[in-house]
Amino acid sequence: MTTIQKQANNPIAHLSAEDIERLGAELDAIREQVIASRGADDAAYIRRVITTQRVLEMGGRTVLLASRFPPAWFLGTAALTVAKILENMEIGHNVLHGQWDWMRDPKIHSTTWEWDHATPAELWKHSHNQLHHTYTNVLGKDNDLGYGIMRVDEGQRWHPFHLGQPLWNLVNACVFEYGIAAYDLELGKNLRKSRRGNPEFRSRVRQTLRKIRRQATKDYVVHPVLSGPSAATTLTANLTANFIRNLWSHSVIMCGHFPEGVETFERNSIEGETRGEWYLRQMLGSANISGSRLMHIMTGNLSYQIEHHLFPDLPSNRYQEIAPKVQDLFQRYGLSYTTGSLPRQVASAWKKVIRLSLPNDFFGRTEPAPASGSTPTAAPSTPKAELATTASR
Amino acid sequence: MATTHTPVPLRDTLRARARRLARLVTTPLVPGDYLSILDPLGSSSDLRGRVEAVLPETADAATLVIRPGRGWAGHTAGQYLRLGVDIDGVRQWRSYSLTSPPRPDGTVTVTVKALPGGTVSQFLVHRLQAGTIVQLDQAAGEFTLPATRPAKALFVTAGSGITPVMGMLRDGADQLDDVVLVHSAPRPEDVIFGAELRGLAARGGLRLIERHTDADGMLDPGGLAALVPDLTERETWACGPNGMLDALQDAYDAAGSGARLHTERFRPALIAVGDGGTVSFTGSAVTADADAATSLLDTGESHGVLMPSGCRMGICFGCVVPLREGSVRDLRNGQVTSAVPGDGVLVQTCVSAAAGPCQLDI
Repeated sequence: MTTIQKQANNPIAHLSAEDIERLGAELDAIREQVIASRGADDAAYIRRVITTQRVLEMGGRTVLLASRFPPAWFLGTAALTVAKILENMEIGHNVLHGQWDWMRDPKIHSTTWEWDHATPAELWKHSHNQLHHTYTNVLGKDNDLGYGIMRVDEGQRWHPFHLGQPLWNLVNACVFEYGIAAYDLELGKNLRKSRRGNPEFRSRVRQTLRKIRRQATKDYVVHPVLSGPSAATTLTANLTANFIRNLWSHSVIMCGHFPEGVETFERNSIEGETRGEWYLRQMLGSANISGSRLMHIMTGNLSYQIEHHLFPDLPSNRYQEIAPKVQDLFQRYGLSYTTGSLPRQVASAWKKVIRLSLPNDFFGRTEPAPASGSTPTAAPSTPKAELATTASR
Repeated sequence: MATTHTPVPLRDTLRARARRLARLVTTPLVPGDYLSILDPLGSSSDLRGRVEAVLPETADAATLVIRPGRGWAGHTAGQYLRLGVDIDGVRQWRSYSLTSPPRPDGTVTVTVKALPGGTVSQFLVHRLQAGTIVQLDQAAGEFTLPATRPAKALFVTAGSGITPVMGMLRDGADQLDDVVLVHSAPRPEDVIFGAELRGLAARGGLRLIERHTDADGMLDPGGLAALVPDLTERETWACGPNGMLDALQDAYDAAGSGARLHTERFRPALIAVGDGGTVSFTGSAVTADADAATSLLDTGESHGVLMPSGCRMGICFGCVVPLREGSVRDLRNGQVTSAVPGDGVLVQTCVSAAAGPCQLDI
């Protein structure tokens, strides 16, 4: 989609500065309600998920000691895969956001947590929490828009390199955790000759390589060796579990900001941005995934991406509860709440990756098809509004 | 002796290797993270305990019988225990005097008096269930009897100040020939361990002087001297409100017996919460005055402290720093977070301001 500031039918042109501040106040109120009611049940929830994850992981790994027997391989791999997905999505991502810091448990705290992932928690927190969550969907500021290797918005300049982006995206999906590690190191920028020798960058590279070595040693050496005669099959089991987790997390994360219907923003539009305007950007810059309760847990509740981006530090188990209130706000303020099933949203994101591998006017049109799954609203729009004054100031 | 020398380092090396191997298996976690699911008390690095019973002592005091887990190094009667308990999902730490002598069955007890409005003490006395796992620190404190027992001893206590002294009496009353205990409480029924103390006195184990302050008023050093004429000759242990301890210290100092007096102060449970205050950045040796509207992050940065920071709007948690003491207010909702010495409550400095004097560990 073209940045919101350049669209002919600006979806927020109908909102006055006062509307936006009132919207912000309503969202603050929702946040306060959750904070006031956080308590023992929430603490019990995250501890239950952590315990389940660890039992699944150790159970899976124990079964894999006999992985040369195919049923053991399948059962063990399935348990390990689910455990690894839970660890990254519902536990790691959310703990590292500080969602559970209020419990003051040093074992479940954003400053002490390390996750089962190639990238060190510390580096990921910087690129994800600070950069992506602050500058969500701002062109030139939020590197999550295409991860620096893809063009996922008409506003991003086309380069022949982008012709290969469906392939880059597929490769990235298969090795996603390493892709994120490279992304957190900003390899694209830092591998330039002038920056390569930067001692700070080199120390971060060493930190990441240490983490990758420990992770790989565990999954590809220690556990296979412990399996004795089942070493080779345990190795394939661990490779499979990591591979499936990569595909899964890549798919879920693609659905957060790439599907049709998600808006992007001009770099200068966030200068002097108010809290209300920041909220509005999060509302329009994210997309949800619909599904069952199990599905929400397996996505780390990133299926409530909109709610997560509004309140990244609220406990993930509460997003479901506030979603109807947030949806009601979208309705009342005439905004589009983008959501759809996982297959539909993944397809939508992939379509965009493929379409934008070509220049904007390649098919003789610049605007994409209507957003899939968007809740159509009767938002009155100002025709030919060139700049959204409300959003740019 | 010489024979034990060689195997010890070898065993240590093997153990260290086993530990390293176990870490390779569980990275990025540690083996204890998995093992504690099976046995919450099994970890020696994260000391925990199981509450085996909660025994009421008076209407507002109860004794917790705790079985410490592996790694418990034991205690000396009179010491205190830092105890962490999850209340409404939030971990809260407080210190309580151990009231048990070291016991062969390995359990310890602390006795807690519920303070009006006390989050933790009210919970422990009235809501805590047997079976709960609590976090523990090793016992600490210097308020103990010397190995060579004094010929004449005096204990002066008030209210829950009896708790460390009870530990000492249970441990060493039979080794003390001449013991006087002067204890103040509002009414006879408010005396924690009242029956046990009276029984001990009846058997001749100590001379017990109960002062019921509702009827008799507070005891001052002059009144105490009238009750115990040779008090400054006695090795004295005192525990109670700060005013009482200060008056005693003055009286002993004036008599030249200051060294005979050992005191234990319970820190005030409630922290004065004001608007703004002096912020100490302890690791950077910087002290700054801050008003109620300026974030701790801004205050630190404007005084040259190397503060970690991130989004500066309370979402990324890149700026959290341990609050060691004092109170801070969340600029977003006015909620106050407090820490007492020994704590390390992590606060978001970008959205918190001083609410009274406070110490940050950075």
